[in-house]
Amino acid sequence: MKRPLIFSLALTLLASAVLAQDEIKIGEFASLTGGSASFGQSSHKGTQLAFDEINAAGGVLGKKLKLITEDDQSQAGQPATIVRKLIAQDKVVAVLGEVASSRSLEAAPICQQSKIPMISPASTNQKVTEIGDYIFRVCFIDPFQGSVMAKFAQSKGWKKVAVLTDVKSDYSIGLAQAFKEALLKGGGTVVKESSYSTGDKDFKAQLTSIKAAKPEAIFLPGYYGEVSLIGKQARLLGIKVPLLGGDGWVGDSLLKVAGNSLDGSFFSCHFSADDKSEAVQGFVKKYKAKYNNETPDDMAALGYDSVMILAAAIKKAGTTESEKLRDAIAATKAHAGITGSITLDEKRNATKPAVILGIGGGGFQFVQTVAP
Amino acid sequence: MVDKLLEFVQQLLNGLSQGSIYALIALGYTMVFGVLRFINFAHGDVFMLGAFAGFYIGPKTLALFGTGPSYPGMFAVLVVAMVLCAIIGIVIEKLCYRPLRDRPKLTVLITAIGVSLFLENAGQLVFGANPQSFPELITDRALEIPESWGAISGLTITVSQVLVFGITLLLLFVLRYVVMKTKLGMAMRALSFNPVAASLMGINNDVIISFTFGLGSALAGAAGILISIQQPSIDPLMGVNAGLKAFVAAVLGGIGNLPGAALGGILIGLIEALVVGYISPNYRDAIVFGVLILILIVKPTGLLGTSEREKV
Amino acid sequence: MIERSKILLLSALLVCAGLSQVAGGISPYYFDILIGIGINIILAVSLNLVNGYTGQFSLGHAGFMAVGAYASSWLTLKYGSSIGSGTLSTTTVFVLALLGGGLGAALSGLLVGVPSLRLKGDYLAIVTLGFNEIIKGVIQNAEPLGAQRGLGGMELHTNFFWTFAFAAITIYVVLNLVGSTYGRGFLAVRDDEIAAEAMGINTTKYKVLAFVLAAFFAGIAGGLYAHFKQFIHPEGFNFLRSVDIVVMVILGGMGNTAGVVVAATLLTILPELLRKVAHYEWLPDWLQQVAENRMILYSLLLIILMLTRPQGLFGNFTGKRNQRLQ
Repeated sequence: MKRPLIFSLALTLLASAVLAQDEIKIGEFASLTGGSASFGQSSHKGTQLAFDEINAAGGVLGKKLKLITEDDQSQAGQPATIVRKLIAQDKVVAVLGEVASSRSLEAAPICQQSKIPMISPASTNQKVTEIGDYIFRVCFIDPFQGSVMAKFAQSKGWKKVAVLTDVKSDYSIGLAQAFKEALLKGGGTVVKESSYSTGDKDFKAQLTSIKAAKPEAIFLPGYYGEVSLIGKQARLLGIKVPLLGGDGWVGDSLLKVAGNSLDGSFFSCHFSADDKSEAVQGFVKKYKAKYNNETPDDMAALGYDSVMILAAAIKKAGTTESEKLRDAIAATKAHAGITGSITLDEKRNATKPAVILGIGGGGFQFVQTVAP
Repeated sequence: MVDKLLEFVQQLLNGLSQGSIYALIALGYTMVFGVLRFINFAHGDVFMLGAFAGFYIGPKTLALFGTGPSYPGMFAVLVVAMVLCAIIGIVIEKLCYRPLRDRPKLTVLITAIGVSLFLENAGQLVFGANPQSFPELITDRALEIPESWGAISGLTITVSQVLVFGITLLLLFVLRYVVMKTKLGMAMRALSFNPVAASLMGINNDVIISFTFGLGSALAGAAGILISIQQPSIDPLMGVNAGLKAFVAAVLGGIGNLPGAALGGILIGLIEALVVGYISPNYRDAIVFGVLILILIVKPTGLLGTSEREKV
Repeated sequence: MIERSKILLLSALLVCAGLSQVAGGISPYYFDILIGIGINIILAVSLNLVNGYTGQFSLGHAGFMAVGAYASSWLTLKYGSSIGSGTLSTTTVFVLALLGGGLGAALSGLLVGVPSLRLKGDYLAIVTLGFNEIIKGVIQNAEPLGAQRGLGGMELHTNFFWTFAFAAITIYVVLNLVGSTYGRGFLAVRDDEIAAEAMGINTTKYKVLAFVLAAFFAGIAGGLYAHFKQFIHPEGFNFLRSVDIVVMVILGGMGNTAGVVVAATLLTILPELLRKVAHYEWLPDWLQQVAENRMILYSLLLIILMLTRPQGLFGNFTGKRNQRLQ
């Protein structure tokens, strides 16, 4: 009577044990809820899409990739706990995360000590990869992006620039810093500096004082949520000069909220959903199909690229053993990513070209590519 | 020199429209405090719900009035959002606060914090955490001041700023009328003086309290729509900051005092604009809290409030 | 004769030292949770002194934790090897830095307490919240403390012994204080402040004392936290963190130290349990999402607790009935 039950139970256990061996476990920590939820959710969606794609094609080294995602709720203190869990309990071979530099900085020492490679999709603070040789990132760092826009301003003859920074964002502060340095080196001047905080909705006070300083352009290294409103309010206040920005501008609601107030402005980024290349369009189509017709943003594309680079490295190394995997990731050269051709330099940062896009006519126009 | 003056006046104008929003929300805080002697922490989140109500019903409502943004359409959305928020406020009161009516105030305060956090996080779950673009209810543009008026033509006043300020004033007058000249208003005032005596006089306290909540929430809903017209980017956490600033405004003006709340709102708006424009945006929040602490130390009853004796 | 409580404390400390040897061997993840429990116990028990025993509603405890965290980190980063680089020397510096952080937090508790403690109930709550934001704002603008980038590089000094030793000390101090004449003062303030004043009790003195002491221990907890996570950021000490601690005090029963210790333990383990639940594939999607969003559950917990059992799991909270609406 009981034997078939025991037999099938044993078989199930055996099967799951066997199947479990056939998986490569990769951990991800992201801010799926809380203050940075919009960025964490985007990067997670891009990451998940990549996993689905790879597994549909048979996985890597004959094994399926298993993504174990944990939410850090945008809270400091959680990444450390999560990463300890991923490494010690789930026994992942690599960790993906995070978007926010502060949370990456918290988790990186743990990954480094445990010799588990960590790839950040979008943390731009220089210090992240300086933690150790197991820490990588697939995005460019602030100094590069800042100088890209500074040189662009120079090329357009804009010498007197105002800077409006998001002081709640580490990314924005870093980018502004890099821009100012490059601008001053190129002979320009910062006529006015002002700031706001992520989540603010009203910027007329700052814009009024910027207007009084009569700049030729305004550098706005913030996120699309606030940038769209700043654009609108600047135009309403009669500020006619172009606005310049970075990859934080990329977001679904940027033009929906800003209307045509950002026409004539420029920003640097990794990729554009309007890029006509097959690779990008293919990615956009797949993303829209999986996620309810949502257009992917930079975070999603970077999340996707981070997985692809990891998978390629696993394949090249032929193993998930930590030192060999680390070396394989470090040797990434000219990887054809959605966000450009990615090469990891000796500091484990991505050297890749930045794309400058202009805004007009309800969409983005490609202006130029800037090589590193 | 004229330039500097112009900049100063512009900053004042900026502060005025932001202050009107704070005033509308502050009125809700002050009304509820006047009647129930507690601070409805979740009030700022009703403001957020108002904005989202507008987001969802906006396009369909506008369509009833022809294609594209229109003033009748905007007023319709405003009214519907106010009604929806009133209902939400009444429901919250009935479910979460009424059962705790005779418990220590601390209990209700903690519950209010719970409701606030719940609305914010459930909002993130239901509406999504990304900022959404609010539908265009009216076409906003800067008003053209003729050059012949002199230097003033250098100022920028937008249609939305005028609208926000105007509707706020309108709502203030309506509120004052309701509170001073109607029976319901009289009942509200009676309740805020002495609930026991009020109920002895035949006033149904429960109904009046519900009405107060509804009224306050309707104003918060209106604020939600008005701010979204000016700043068309909404997200589930937008009520946190606005709610806190509005609370400071209510305290500044004298909590329990309606004109005080309006005055407090405008003042906070102006202070913020001047701090950001002339000191540093980094210290804006700290200074607003500093104002709170200062007023509570120097004159806890607020600018227009009257002392309340605690009897034992 | 040595007091019984002192013997208990000493034995507790010895047990901690002993367990510490074993604790080092468990999985880093469980260790993380364990240290988290210890730190939360210190935070909750200290806040209970203010909220529970003295009846003052403070919503800014995370601010004092931040002061302790940053002060002690700055001290160890600057003077870590000033005595010597051996373990004994660095540990000495660490403990001194912890105490320094605690003192810094106590000082800020004094600065916050003196103006605020004349306020009651709701007002005090909002003002303490405001001070929490101000402290955070100051740190965010302070370059030597890393400002918005955060502060990292602290050595992993925090271990089982120090965490639970300080937890034991915190419990000891609070319980002893409450059982003494000071404790009578605290409870008098909580039960009826006006009557207490009428009886000649200097209510302000007691309120400030409770506040400063609680801040001191919060500072210690902050220092322990900083040297465990090895990276701190101003956003980690915001209003939500304060709410976390408040929920522990309420769940445990305001004025019941044992209850609060249990609650702190439960609420440290709960998020990790929820993480596990969030992964159960057989749950419907929306339920998984709710499990992931700890805050939704916390806020519901708060509401339900207040509606059904405001005295918490073990509490004996007998607050003043609201006299206005009876």
